[in-house]
Amino acid sequence: MRYLPLSDTDRSEMLARIGVKTVDELFADVPKSLLLKEPVDLPRRKGELEVERILSRMAARNISASSVPFFIGAGAYKHHVPATVDHLIQRSEFLTSYTPYQPEIAQGTLQYLFEFQTQVAALTGMDVANASMYDGSTGTGEAVLMAHRVTKRRKAVLSGGLHPHYAEVVRTLSDMASDSVVTMQPDVSGSEDILSQIDDTTSCVVVQSPDVFGNVRDLKPIAEKAHKHGALLIAVFTEAVSLGLVASPGSQGADIVVGEGQSIGNALNFGGPYVGLFATQSKFIRQMPGRLCGETVDADGNRGFVLTLSTREQHIRRDKATSNICTNSGLCALAFTIHMTLLGETGLKRLARVNHANAIKLADQLAGVKGVEVLNRTFFNEFTVKLAKPAAEVVERLAEKGVLAGVPVSRLLPGAGLDDLLLVASTEMNTDDDRAALVAALKEVL
Amino acid sequence: MLNRQGRPSAPQAHGVSDPAAGMGDQAARLQGDANRITDSTAGSHPTFTGNKALAQIEPLLFEIGRYDTTGVDIDEPEDFEPRLGGLERKEPIGLPGLSEPETMRHYVRLSQMNYGIDTGLFPLGSCTMKHNARLNERMARLPGFSDVHPLQPVSTVQGALELMNELGRYLVTLTNMTAVALSPKAGAHGELCGMMAIKAAIEARGEGKTRNVVLVPDSAHGTNPATAALIGFVVKPVPAREDGWVHVEDVKERLGPDVAAIMLTNPNTCGLFEPQVAEIAKAIHDAGAYFYCDGANFNAIVGKAKPGDLGVDAMHINLHKTFSTPHGGGGPGSGPVVLSERLAPYAPVPFVRAGKDGFELVEQASDAEEKPFGRMTAFHGQMGMYVRALSYMLSHGSDGMKQASEDAVLNANYIRAGLSDLMSLPFGDKPCMHEVLFDDAWLKDTGVTTLDVAKAMIDEGYHPMTMYFPLVVHGAMLIEPTESESKSSLDLFIATLRDLAMAAKNGDRERFTGAPYHAPRRRLDETRAARNPVLKWTPPAPVAEAAE
Repeated sequence: MRYLPLSDTDRSEMLARIGVKTVDELFADVPKSLLLKEPVDLPRRKGELEVERILSRMAARNISASSVPFFIGAGAYKHHVPATVDHLIQRSEFLTSYTPYQPEIAQGTLQYLFEFQTQVAALTGMDVANASMYDGSTGTGEAVLMAHRVTKRRKAVLSGGLHPHYAEVVRTLSDMASDSVVTMQPDVSGSEDILSQIDDTTSCVVVQSPDVFGNVRDLKPIAEKAHKHGALLIAVFTEAVSLGLVASPGSQGADIVVGEGQSIGNALNFGGPYVGLFATQSKFIRQMPGRLCGETVDADGNRGFVLTLSTREQHIRRDKATSNICTNSGLCALAFTIHMTLLGETGLKRLARVNHANAIKLADQLAGVKGVEVLNRTFFNEFTVKLAKPAAEVVERLAEKGVLAGVPVSRLLPGAGLDDLLLVASTEMNTDDDRAALVAALKEVL
Repeated sequence: MLNRQGRPSAPQAHGVSDPAAGMGDQAARLQGDANRITDSTAGSHPTFTGNKALAQIEPLLFEIGRYDTTGVDIDEPEDFEPRLGGLERKEPIGLPGLSEPETMRHYVRLSQMNYGIDTGLFPLGSCTMKHNARLNERMARLPGFSDVHPLQPVSTVQGALELMNELGRYLVTLTNMTAVALSPKAGAHGELCGMMAIKAAIEARGEGKTRNVVLVPDSAHGTNPATAALIGFVVKPVPAREDGWVHVEDVKERLGPDVAAIMLTNPNTCGLFEPQVAEIAKAIHDAGAYFYCDGANFNAIVGKAKPGDLGVDAMHINLHKTFSTPHGGGGPGSGPVVLSERLAPYAPVPFVRAGKDGFELVEQASDAEEKPFGRMTAFHGQMGMYVRALSYMLSHGSDGMKQASEDAVLNANYIRAGLSDLMSLPFGDKPCMHEVLFDDAWLKDTGVTTLDVAKAMIDEGYHPMTMYFPLVVHGAMLIEPTESESKSSLDLFIATLRDLAMAAKNGDRERFTGAPYHAPRRRLDETRAARNPVLKWTPPAPVAEAAE
């Protein structure tokens, strides 16, 4: 077995040194009746070539985003990731290291986390950011719990523009913790009256912008109303690139900003692993979930970095911890920070402009197709169209024609009476040919 | 202001408004310090740059980046009228960039300050730092897995669903359980998923109000009590006895109609298999409660015993431990949960189902015949980790996985045998599982602590073991070599620890208390970091002000 260095001779010598005759004597505490006599009923070991054949065959049964005109978004976006990113994150010292519990030999991880935290704070317009969450949805769940700790209230109000999966994650967590959640009706036009839902018992309002239907939301009035009632505004985003062009949530009064960072540096990966971004104001640091990296000095007075404020965390506080989180999304955070370093302010803003411009072109072209109505007044790189036929059926027909057109709203919100709506995203990946293919295919199907 | 590498210590603004205002004196001082690495062992041969051959100093990105630099070539779009409703960003962001060669060098230099499994022995107990095969990386990057969107039409991702289904089959078979929830994103998230399933089952029985206590042994990972408390359970401790085991009588004593579950780690965090696990499971079930098993230490028993045979109702499996998906400096992980027949109906969405026209993905509770308790995460979980884990399992096969468990246990016991005369075993010199636990009794009167030993190990070229965990043992040192180590590697490791032990006992305190001497940094001041948290870079004050 290529992964196991011990030879049979080694094993015999080692057993003799330990003073036992067989390895099963080391398993003496396992009740005899429960120790398996036969190998588990699964295939025997395989060489590298054979494993490659099996997995490549499975992979070949999927249509990859780069191989077709591709317009799917709704919380995960197809962007170009520079080759440098994937090379660097596969460096052994990054890939095969652990959570930096021994900071003297983990300064590489700690310094990039410090840089990551600085970038995320700048991007979101907030004072501080943590060293990442699992993803945007679980980060949103944690943000709500944090708001409950800060306000000592237990009611969250979720916007109808919040990604339905995110809303479901929050509701699952809240139901289990016996906290209450008010979920607004799906808000296709971005015009819901969320202000009227905020009162003196509200812990937080959770608003996504651009929202799941693509609308760019003005967060300022919501922040004002929330603050008037002692509640927090949790601003959510699922498309990090939008922050290159849209006013930051921090500048609009958000108290906690949480979002999905996949768009920068990370592949689609069929939904994971991704990287949750989480930022807040300095005054709430000690209520934050997740790992935090901080600056300090070593015994010689040299600057260095360590994990800090761990008295919030489970391994110290156990059942009194701010969160049960242990792992973060280290390597995906590294991919994010490398890609962001490559982009810089200049590159990020340009990338955002290209995305917005491409989406505008697509919206204008689709608006000219009979049976298609573009619903958004505002959007960044994704918008909602109303189709003359059920969107799920149209998407299936277009897939047969080799075009992956978007996400039917009914897949995210079944039974909401929104079966004719389709979410369409356009990034820098899309060419004029891609748009023409979508338009042509839609004309045939509708 | 130039540092000693001739680089500016803050990004050049180049026409962008200068964000360099407002940095305090103290930060500015640190700034200066950062570029001067002192080293007591090389004092007689200082270098101009502060570098020491391959040991390079690397400033922060914010000290070398520039606001007008980008390492990505993208063409400006043609003019367009924005449709952002007047919500355009007006202020600068504050994100410096680097060209591609500079980016490469920055991160390569950072990487050289890190210790990984590929660097050397990484015996971090309870973390299972085994070899990360690059075949698994290659497989996860096949476009058919890495470049597919979670919300593509199901007809276009049949191979991805097949992979999830196959991974699930392997996990269920290895554990003899009924179902698996793949979506949890890490071990603690898996714990949360399992405990939610238990809560849902209890509520379905109408006992949601009355059964709210979860028993957690003192030796448990901190995530266990944190998870239980997160969803409103009251945590009650169960002591571990002097033999390191949880005894069924101690569990029975605490059982009653208010107990919802026990969260038991097996093999436990003392490196021991719980011999009374079946009796404990029976007692728990007789009392109407559920058995949650923390599967962090599954690596000891894969192919040797099945948790389902032990009476487990739910167990998370850390794919990043047992099935070798890379730890990546702290994630991403993946924590699928296997469930017994009693809990299977409550598994969260989404899950894969084999239909007559191929695989189906059940994404909505309303589409399930079962009673899913909800959703743990957006989309379907850590697909990239599923691919790597299945690649590991296919490579090892049933025979290789059994051999890996046996080798992991053999290696840990070999270390125990090699050190038991010099270091102290809190529960006596008896066989351990895949990790061996020492306490600090052997350091009595030496003036050397567990932390000091850990730091001295760094100087010897090793990553330290897990220290001060589990909490039930004083000054704990938990050593998990994994099956990836050769005999000669273990021999050198044992010899090194023997040398350290002798040095400590012979009064060579300095070797320990000042360690590490040879790492990229000397011992770091964690108290200072916590007292005055500096969690991001802030621009230095203008030179004139800082000088005053």
